[in-house]
Amino acid sequence: MSSLKFHYVVDKTDFTRAGEASSDVKGKLRKMGCDPEVIRKVAIAMYEGEINMVIHAKGGVIDVEITPTDIILVLKDNGPGIADIEKAMQAGYSTASENIRSLGFGAGMGLPNMKKYSDEMNIDTVLGVGTTVTMVVHMK
Amino acid sequence: MTVKELAEKSGFEALNLGEEGTRDITGIYCCDLLSVVMSKGFSGACWVTIMGNINAAAVASLTDMACIVLAEGAAIDDMLIKKAEQQDISVLKSDMPIFETALKINGIING
Ligand SMILES: Nc1ncnc2c1ncn2[C@@H]1O[C@H](COP(=O)(O)OP(=O)(O)O)[C@@H](O)[C@H]1O
Ligand SMILES: [Mg+2]
Repeated sequence: MSSLKFHYVVDKTDFTRAGEASSDVKGKLRKMGCDPEVIRKVAIAMYEGEINMVIHAKGGVIDVEITPTDIILVLKDNGPGIADIEKAMQAGYSTASENIRSLGFGAGMGLPNMKKYSDEMNIDTVLGVGTTVTMVVHMK
Repeated sequence: MTVKELAEKSGFEALNLGEEGTRDITGIYCCDLLSVVMSKGFSGACWVTIMGNINAAAVASLTDMACIVLAEGAAIDDMLIKKAEQQDISVLKSDMPIFETALKINGIING
């Protein structure tokens, strides 16, 4: 069985378009008749990853692969990297600025949400080079 | 109850009625932190918030909520309304604080 692949460029610091890639994937999964709970998990995990790229890493690229068994999300940025992943994963931890917080972001729940709503997650990060987050959500 | 009926009965101004306001409201949800709304917002929810920026539209759409009610006479970004029009999302506006707004909605849909 073949798989479908999609590529998205996430604009740097463009809040007006943040979430567009996630919305597009959600629409595609819905049209494919994907299970609503699976769609919900993908939408939450991908949106949080997309927002992190915009608010912490000046944008990046997202590759989405839909196979008969899985949805694989690879979010790659060339941002500052994450110094302490364990700390970053803690609920409530955030380095977001006051300005970002006033928009409703920076609750420090993004990475915990991504972990919770994906079935597999891996963070590959190098300080000063960038971060690649890979998440897999299984089809039911 | 549909979004349109809620708008009429509450007197809250409809800044945009997506799908002609025909979406059914399944419950009320209040929160301003978008990450929390992403994980707790539910399909058909009437979402009461003060977050009047464009990101509210993305969150409402991704969580499949029925409408956004901007409370506390919150500042509303034009971009939010434009996005709501594009994505068929209903947006209502209330001058009351979040709690009173939600209470009034509850009285209308459950009372
Ligand atoms: N792609 C990224 N690049 C650099 N730092 C990141 C990235 N994603 C997350 N972080 C760091 O991890 C912290 C926690 O992330 P998250 O849980 O999503 O919370 P929030 O985005 O609300 O700050 C962020 O405040 C930031 O310091
Ligand atoms: Mg985040």
